[in-house]
Amino acid sequence: MNLEQYKDVWVFIECFQGQPKDVGLELLGQGRKLADSLEQKLCAVVIGKDVDTAIKAANDFGADKVYVVQGEEYKDYTSEAYGHAFLKLIHKYRPNTLLIGATIKGRELGSEIAVSLRTGLTADCTALSIEEETGNVVWERPAFGGNLYAQILCSETRPQMGTCRPGVFKKQEKNEKNQAEIIRENIRVDAAYIITKVVDFIKSSDVSGIKLEEAEYIVSGGRGMKNPENFEMLKELADVLGGAVGCSRAVVDAGWMPQTMQVGQTGKTVSPKVYIACGISGAVQHVAGMSSSDTIIAINKDATAPIFEVADYCIVGDLFQVLPELIKEIRLAKNM
Amino acid sequence: MNIVVCVKQVPDTTEIKIDPVKNTLIREGVPSIVNPFDKNAIEQALQLKELYGGTVTAISMGPNQAKSSLRIALSMGADKAYLVTDRAFGGSDTYATSYILSKVIEKLGPFDVILGGIQAIDGDTGQTCTSIAEHMGVNRLSYVLDMKMDGDKVVVRRMVEEGVEIVESKLPILVTLTKVSNKPRYATIRGKIDSLKAEIEEIHLTDLPDMDTTKIGLKGSPTRVKATFTPKRQACGEIIELINPKDTAKALVGKLLEAKIL
Repeated sequence: MNLEQYKDVWVFIECFQGQPKDVGLELLGQGRKLADSLEQKLCAVVIGKDVDTAIKAANDFGADKVYVVQGEEYKDYTSEAYGHAFLKLIHKYRPNTLLIGATIKGRELGSEIAVSLRTGLTADCTALSIEEETGNVVWERPAFGGNLYAQILCSETRPQMGTCRPGVFKKQEKNEKNQAEIIRENIRVDAAYIITKVVDFIKSSDVSGIKLEEAEYIVSGGRGMKNPENFEMLKELADVLGGAVGCSRAVVDAGWMPQTMQVGQTGKTVSPKVYIACGISGAVQHVAGMSSSDTIIAINKDATAPIFEVADYCIVGDLFQVLPELIKEIRLAKNM
Repeated sequence: MNIVVCVKQVPDTTEIKIDPVKNTLIREGVPSIVNPFDKNAIEQALQLKELYGGTVTAISMGPNQAKSSLRIALSMGADKAYLVTDRAFGGSDTYATSYILSKVIEKLGPFDVILGGIQAIDGDTGQTCTSIAEHMGVNRLSYVLDMKMDGDKVVVRRMVEEGVEIVESKLPILVTLTKVSNKPRYATIRGKIDSLKAEIEEIHLTDLPDMDTTKIGLKGSPTRVKATFTPKRQACGEIIELINPKDTAKALVGKLLEAKIL
């Protein structure tokens, strides 16, 4: 393999029902840094039935080029159709690096492409950089529940591939004046080749509120909340702030809250403006999912709780006494 | 219905501690467990067997001690178990591991359904099982909640970030399960006793003659670990003394307003 033939940093802009997911736009920011240090182009890949919103977003968030594959067969994600289209694009344009959001479908797509091309794929990266001597991407990721971090290289094959979780990186400033080159590729997939069919979709009820990954304020509860009823208090605080409620794994394991609310290594990664951890001890698995929040406030009665090691503001005390007062004070401050 | 389940033995990552002086992982004394998500996969396999008949085969790649995880699969109700073990497999990344497992599954098969957990709690990559599907050229669906047959179609409810999709596909299929998929059953006493006596066959490189050895082990792995490190412990933030709950809340809100966070 002549590595020199592989150029540009690609980002997959995953869409759901025509809407680009934030993670792809977040990755354009990281992709820009890699592309700049390699002195190569940043390219977005949009695949779908309705693609206009995604093309515009990819442009506004700084792509130099947008590769577009559009068609009825791409209405729903299937590994058959998306894998086929993506591999065609890669064979034709030979990217150096490919970034994919570590969503459910992104992870499926990543392994499909990497195995098919016999190249390396690093999962759930939390930091990306370029190794100066070689120009290889250094993929940094947590393992062992966030107890250990590893730097991974894929030095012999191209494209170098990695997935990153939603919320790990922040979106860059929008630039609507950007003028990306739009490259449309006509790639058809034979209907008989697509064995998987999405026949129905049930929207989850908690999606109706503010999504955890997109919330600017998150109020999260752990085992210290004592019972599921006490989460009402967190909901109230979240409502006052205009945010969402999250929780730790212990709470999900106890059956108090659904897994969709879990923050951490085996749950969601979030980076809100403010993260308020209530009665959460701060196991490294939990911290791995929220440590990139701008401001972290921790309320815990155990002064030795590890959550205080990552918190910007630490309140050692009884959350059942502090929270009602905090809700009152914030109401006052916001004139509510 | 012939079903194979991939089982991984992992260290219980909730028990891992960091050596405060050397800043390294303390692995000694950390209990080994069956990867929790794989137990959901075993449960799904047993449910499929109960509905449609057939056999459940558990496979695991790892050192000899991983047999204890296979015994747990047997004690829950799996019919057969195989340990995939060879020095030549050491150092495999997800590409190489999934390639080896795909060859083992082809050797032991054919199977209608291949099951595994969405991810293992030690590596946390979530890409090994779906990679097996790609090596074998079979369909795959990850984050599945449950599955059933409808004629020759397999109907699956799978999680997506926005909700739940109902998806139709065909056998053979690889499916990964998550913790919310089901409640793994406990082993019966009888099952436990039987599993201790059960023979677990080992599969070595020599048992897999059509294996492309350039794709296995450290040499066959496209990714390489450049360095590992333990995360830095960050400095403690500002402590807001608990004077009384009201004043504490006031003090915090004051600071948040001052820092323009509110």
